[in-house]
Amino acid sequence: MSSVLYDAPGPKAKARHRMLAVLGILALAGALGYVGYKFYESGEFVPSKWEWLQYEQIQIDLAKAVLATLQAFASGAVLALVFGAIFAIARLSDHVWIRAFATVIVEFFRAIPLLVMIFLFYFGLPVAGVEMTPYLAVVLGLMLYNGSVLAEVFRAGVLALPKGQQEAAYALGMRKTQVMVTVLLPQAIRSMMPTIISQLVVLLKDTALGFLITYQELLYYARNLGSQGVFDRPIVPTTIVIAAIYIVLCLLLTWLANYLDKRQNRSKKHIDLDDDKKPDATLADAR
Amino acid sequence: MDVLFDNLDVFANGFYTTIQLFVVSGIGSLILGTALAMLRVSPVPVFRSAGTLYVTIVRNTPLTLVFLFFAFAYPRLDMVDLSFFMTACVALTVYTSAFICEVVRSGINTVPVGQAEAARALGLGFGQVLGTIVLPQAFRSVLPPMMSMLIALLKNTTIAAGFSVAEAGQIRSILSERGENQLLTLIFVAVGFILLVMILTSVQRTLEKRWSVAR
Repeated sequence: MSSVLYDAPGPKAKARHRMLAVLGILALAGALGYVGYKFYESGEFVPSKWEWLQYEQIQIDLAKAVLATLQAFASGAVLALVFGAIFAIARLSDHVWIRAFATVIVEFFRAIPLLVMIFLFYFGLPVAGVEMTPYLAVVLGLMLYNGSVLAEVFRAGVLALPKGQQEAAYALGMRKTQVMVTVLLPQAIRSMMPTIISQLVVLLKDTALGFLITYQELLYYARNLGSQGVFDRPIVPTTIVIAAIYIVLCLLLTWLANYLDKRQNRSKKHIDLDDDKKPDATLADAR
Repeated sequence: MDVLFDNLDVFANGFYTTIQLFVVSGIGSLILGTALAMLRVSPVPVFRSAGTLYVTIVRNTPLTLVFLFFAFAYPRLDMVDLSFFMTACVALTVYTSAFICEVVRSGINTVPVGQAEAARALGLGFGQVLGTIVLPQAFRSVLPPMMSMLIALLKNTTIAAGFSVAEAGQIRSILSERGENQLLTLIFVAVGFILLVMILTSVQRTLEKRWSVAR
């Protein structure tokens, strides 16, 4: 698509592009090199700052921290999917009061920052006499926020299905619930898979908010380790390692989304949706 | 209601800082995001892959980690000293611009091919085609997703509270020292955010009406 933006380069333009490419590489290498040099100069690359990686106990603890992150992700994801499915169905209900209730709930939880919601559960609820652990607060927040976003995704998926699907199901004599559960939702979920998974990537990244309410996940562990004098306060090395772990985890999920998308386009079961109605997977919410 | 009216100064200051954070990093990420989008469609492959690399890395990193880097690791570099406020702005800009870039890029794809072709036929170069013909039309068509990115940015500013910026997310900890009810405080903060989001949504509706083009 981008190729319409410029003409096929001739000999002069090719030479110019080559020069720009060299300049670009130099600028990039210069910037990265400068940052790298600054790190080197402030002694972040001396071996003593990286020694912590060799300790078996730390490797085990790091693995435990990754598990804690994945645990919050897994429970948050399952709950959010269930919450999303229920509220999507509620928003498509024939009864005005159910629809209104679901709309208010979904819009409400989408408008509040996730962090404020997590604070509400962690610091707010104990005032009302409800005991809260950081883990529970994080999972509840993730469920309500991402569940609301997913409810909108499911709803958009159902609305984007060809009308004939629903009409045919009713013509066969199916009840409302049957039409929704056996005909519409499975197709909607299938066609929305890439969007759903990119929302799950958002959910995975959001588990890092647990750091702010002392849920002992990956980021919390990195910060803790990074401030320990025994290992020469390796905050820069730990940040680099943790960032790599997060990026790999998210890329694995993204890769899964792409794989499913490709497989679905190959299969004969999928239905082409109207492109205007189907939200773009790359435009999933930044949060 | 007492919680709100007795501590109106704290609430006002908190939300004022939030809005400042939002405006500064919003403008910053719109500029950086557009520049990144231009890199990603440019004729030079190196620029394209540099843009892609940036977007892939940043989009897959939690914002809290970006904050952690700029708050704790960046000062070790001894480069430019940033205040807590500026640190938060930089972190939010770095993060949000990757998402803005993707929105702008998808907007470029919605502009009919004939527009760019006609511009090229008139002899305009890449910068002119993009700057005067394609981008102005692209921005109009991506207003709704762009606005939802900005709303996400507004909500993301709360993370700055965990890194010593006294904005709306930190109202709770200030008021808990004054011994106020934390549940009510947080509910008022949430209501404040709902109001701000509603304002942004109505701005979006107005702009959509004004900018809508018949195609």
